[in-house]
Amino acid sequence: MNSTVIINILRFILLLAIQVAVLNRLDLFGFLNPYPYILFILLYPVNGNKALLLVSAFFMGLLVDMFLNTGGPHAAASVTLAFLRPAFFKFSFGVSYEYQTIKINDRLSPERFSFILISVVTHHLILFLLEVFRFNLILTALLHTLYTTLFTLVICIITIYLVKPAKQ
Amino acid sequence: MQQIVNFLFKNSITLLFLLLLGISLSFTIQSHSYHRSRTITSANAVSGYVYQQINNVEMYFNLDVENQKLAAENAQLKNMLFNKKDTVLTAVPANLGGYKVIQGKVISNSFSLQENYLTINAGELDGVKEDMGVVSSLGVIGYIEQTSAHYATVISVLNKKFRLGAKIKKNNHFGTLTWNGKSTGFAQLIDVPRLATVVKGDTIVTGSESTIFPENIAIGTIEKVYIDKKTNYYTLDVRLFNDMTSLGYIYIIENKNRDEIQQLQQATVPANE
Repeated sequence: MNSTVIINILRFILLLAIQVAVLNRLDLFGFLNPYPYILFILLYPVNGNKALLLVSAFFMGLLVDMFLNTGGPHAAASVTLAFLRPAFFKFSFGVSYEYQTIKINDRLSPERFSFILISVVTHHLILFLLEVFRFNLILTALLHTLYTTLFTLVICIITIYLVKPAKQ
Repeated sequence: MQQIVNFLFKNSITLLFLLLLGISLSFTIQSHSYHRSRTITSANAVSGYVYQQINNVEMYFNLDVENQKLAAENAQLKNMLFNKKDTVLTAVPANLGGYKVIQGKVISNSFSLQENYLTINAGELDGVKEDMGVVSSLGVIGYIEQTSAHYATVISVLNKKFRLGAKIKKNNHFGTLTWNGKSTGFAQLIDVPRLATVVKGDTIVTGSESTIFPENIAIGTIEKVYIDKKTNYYTLDVRLFNDMTSLGYIYIIENKNRDEIQQLQQATVPANE
C-alpha cells in the first residue's frame, strides 16, 4: 500500500460522497447536474493497472446509478471512458505520452484542457443517450449533453485548481 | 489451444471492458423495461441509510414549511371531525373502504430525469408492499415500485412509465394520467372522450376503477385542453396540486381488497392472447 493507492481510494470515496450528497440534488435550471465524479477516472495514474481502472470505474458508475435509480447508464459511460482513456491521452499529448510524466492535475495547458474536454463529452454523450433511450428524444439528449458538459467541465477544472494550486 | 490462451491474454483488457459494458448495458435496458426486475435501486440498505442521514440534516431547513403543511392538514382533519354527524347512527362502518394508511417520509427525490423515482423511509417492516398508492396531504404522488426491509422506491407522477386512471370530478368522465417528460408542474390526462365538457380550472381526481388509490383523491386542475389529432380524444394539461420538487411527509395507502378485486377480474376475463 503506497501513497498513490491510498490517494486513489480516498479520491474514489470523496468524489462519490460529494456527487451523491451535493451535486445530484443541485438541479440548476431544473435539470442540470454536473458529474465531476469522472475526475477519478481522469486522474488515475497514467501507467496504472488498466484492469483495475476498468473495474473501479465500473463500480463508481454503478454506485452513482444506484443512488440515482437510473439502472446502468453511468456505469456504461464510465467503463467506456476508462477504456478509451489511453486513446485520449494519445490524441491530446502525442504518441509518446507514456514516456513523459503526464500530470493532469497541474497548470491548465491546451493539451490538458483538450483531454478533459474530450473525456467529458464522450462520457456525457453515452450517459444521456442511454438515459433517454428513445430515438424521438435524441435532440433532448444532445442538448442535455451540451449543457451538462459545460457545467461538468467548469466544476472539474475548478476542483483541480482548488485541490492542487499550480506552483508559481 | 496455446493460441487461444495467447489471444485471451493479449486482449484481456478489451475483453474485460466488453464484459463490464455488457453488464451495465443490461442494467440499463432492464431499468427501461416496464417489468419490475430492477437489480440496482436506491431501496437497498446502503443507499437507504446514506439518504436517511442526508435527509436528517436537510430536514431542519424545511421544518418551517413542513409544519405549515401539517398544521393545514390538521385544520382540515379537525374540520371533518367537527362537521361529522352523530357517528353512532352512520349506516356505513368506517372500515368498509378497506384502506389502511401508513405514514412515511421522502428521503430522496428526483425530478430532472425522464423516469423519476422517490425513495421513502418506510419498508416491508412497516407493511409497505409493491403497488401501494402514495399521497401527500395535497394529492397523488405515485405508487410503490420496490421495497426493502426499511425503505421503498416510488414511481413518481413525473415518470414516463406512470399510468393512473383519473376522472374529472364534476362529470365523472374518465381518462388516463400520464407525464410527457417536459414540465415538473404539469401532468397530462389523455384519452378523455370528446363528449365530456372540459372547462379550464376543473379539478381532476383519482377514478374509481383504480385498485391502488381510493376514489376522489385530488390530483390537480385543468390548465389547457388539446384535441389529439390521431385519436380525436381530448388531452388535458393538469396543473398538479403537489409541488413535486419539494416533498416531505407522505402517506402510503394500502387497499386491503386489491388482491380480491384482481383475482375476480382475472377469473372473469378469459385469457385472450
